[in-house]
Amino acid sequence: MDWTAFWLSLELAAWTTAILLPIGIVVGRWLAYHRFRGRGFVEALVALPLVLPPTVLGYYLLVTFSTDQPVGAFWQSLTGSGLNFSFPGIVIASVIFNIPFAIQPVQRAFETVPMHLREAAWCSGLSPWRTFRRVELPLVWPGVVSAFVLTFVHTIGEFGVVLMVGGAIDGETRTVAIAIYDRVQAFDEEAAGAMSLLLLVTSFVAIALVYALAGKRRSIGVR
Amino acid sequence: MSAELAVRLQATDPIPLAVDFGVSRWEMLALVGPSGSGKTTVLRAIAGLHRPRQGEIDCGSDCWLDTARGIHWRPQMRRVGMVFQDYALFPHLTAQENLQIAMGDGGGVHSGDRARDLLARVRLKGLEERYPEQLSGGQQQRVAVARALARDPRVLLLDEPFSAVDMMTRARLQRELALLRQEIDIPIVLVTHDLQEAQTIADRICVLHNGRSLQTGAPAEVFARPCSAHVARLLGLHNVFAGSIVRRDGTPRLQWHGRELEVAEVADLPEATPVDWYIPDADILLHRRGRPSRGERENPVEGVVEECVRLGSQSSVVLRSREGGDRIRFEVSTHAARRNGIEPGVTARVSLLARAIHVMPRAT
Repeated sequence: MDWTAFWLSLELAAWTTAILLPIGIVVGRWLAYHRFRGRGFVEALVALPLVLPPTVLGYYLLVTFSTDQPVGAFWQSLTGSGLNFSFPGIVIASVIFNIPFAIQPVQRAFETVPMHLREAAWCSGLSPWRTFRRVELPLVWPGVVSAFVLTFVHTIGEFGVVLMVGGAIDGETRTVAIAIYDRVQAFDEEAAGAMSLLLLVTSFVAIALVYALAGKRRSIGVR
Repeated sequence: MSAELAVRLQATDPIPLAVDFGVSRWEMLALVGPSGSGKTTVLRAIAGLHRPRQGEIDCGSDCWLDTARGIHWRPQMRRVGMVFQDYALFPHLTAQENLQIAMGDGGGVHSGDRARDLLARVRLKGLEERYPEQLSGGQQQRVAVARALARDPRVLLLDEPFSAVDMMTRARLQRELALLRQEIDIPIVLVTHDLQEAQTIADRICVLHNGRSLQTGAPAEVFARPCSAHVARLLGLHNVFAGSIVRRDGTPRLQWHGRELEVAEVADLPEATPVDWYIPDADILLHRRGRPSRGERENPVEGVVEECVRLGSQSSVVLRSREGGDRIRFEVSTHAARRNGIEPGVTARVSLLARAIHVMPRAT
């Protein structure tokens, strides 16, 4: 059991979720409430990581992060080190890879809040911020938790993109999913089995939580 | 009485609007008209939820909207109480919390007491802790009314507030609103497509069509004296016919398919002006068979009964006039219809009471 890899995975998931959740709420709400030209294009872009092979995304990120490209060079001038094969690099990769998991559940949740409710809140004197905090957020909360759980669990189990961008540097980029692969390559089936079981249980608990919350959303009468 | 709320809106797109009306304190104005006539848009403009291209809305000494000066107050600043058609109660809050949230942060520790008082006023004592989905349609509507009042609004706006409940509940809620009104000294604007409802509970009605206000006045006045044939049809009135004005010895008379009818009053119209005219069902008297009847000599019209439908104690009769072939519709008691042998195909005579004939200039 590679606990270093496990803690690294948790750290990666925590960073990814912390960065993505506010983005998911802002973009998801925006997509739910605004009709504009090119909306389909934006939605397709959001959904793209769902269908893109992780190695393809990983390849493009690897190229973008390289220090002879603007993004990589900018990062190096800022921090003194490159993005490829580093923890910040796999955080950025995870953030991009998880965009649909953070945005889509939140968007669907906002779409279930009728326009009339927001207008009723405004007519009741609630500012847009208070409307968001007191009316919208409580109603979309299950969607936000779904986004949180899905992003978190998906990051823990992520393999292709992390391997492409981060490689398998112990304590820096070797996550638990990569550690399992390493252990199998080394014929250490006991460790691979233990870590796989841990991921299986974590994923199941998370998905069960999402479904339980989806059920709760139906029961509070939000249609 | 000066208008507390004055509304003047003009727009050609996206929704055409041309309305102009005022509502005083203690007064309820009903906006009536068919679907798509712009009633709800006008209400939303008053609430600040719709921003018309051109217009002014004043409430008391405050200017809520003046497009010429670039003034547009947000709904939060206008302090309106709005009851939405689907009530739009916050589903995650109890009845009491729905009211308290509208009282704002300034409500303080007393907001709970005030909310309970308001709920008691709309007869919901004991249901304070219920969530909207645990309330019946009628109870939800009462919470919505109470929430609209929770903010001490300067104007109360009601968008089809009775359309989502059954007939029995509707009658009860209308009665309750009429009682509640006696305690509220603010202008109330009601949107409804139910003319009966508008006639029963509003002080004045404003007839809208395609975003234009066509006539505003007391219900009895508007229904008895619509300003045009168009308004009469929008109000669902029958017996609207075409004619022209002629003068005999200085007395105006109504020419209708070659015959002349007495009329009580006619606007000052020149000779031979084409007009539309209307007579209420109640002012058409059926002559008794074989016996002289009251008002028999007053504008007698003969025709053939085309239809006689018995609707309980009353029967609805359609008489096709011998001259011109216009269809005159009126009601008589079923008993009188039977006694006079009224049935399709028979000839019958009626009198059109001169004092009730309302002449309207024809729109050009």
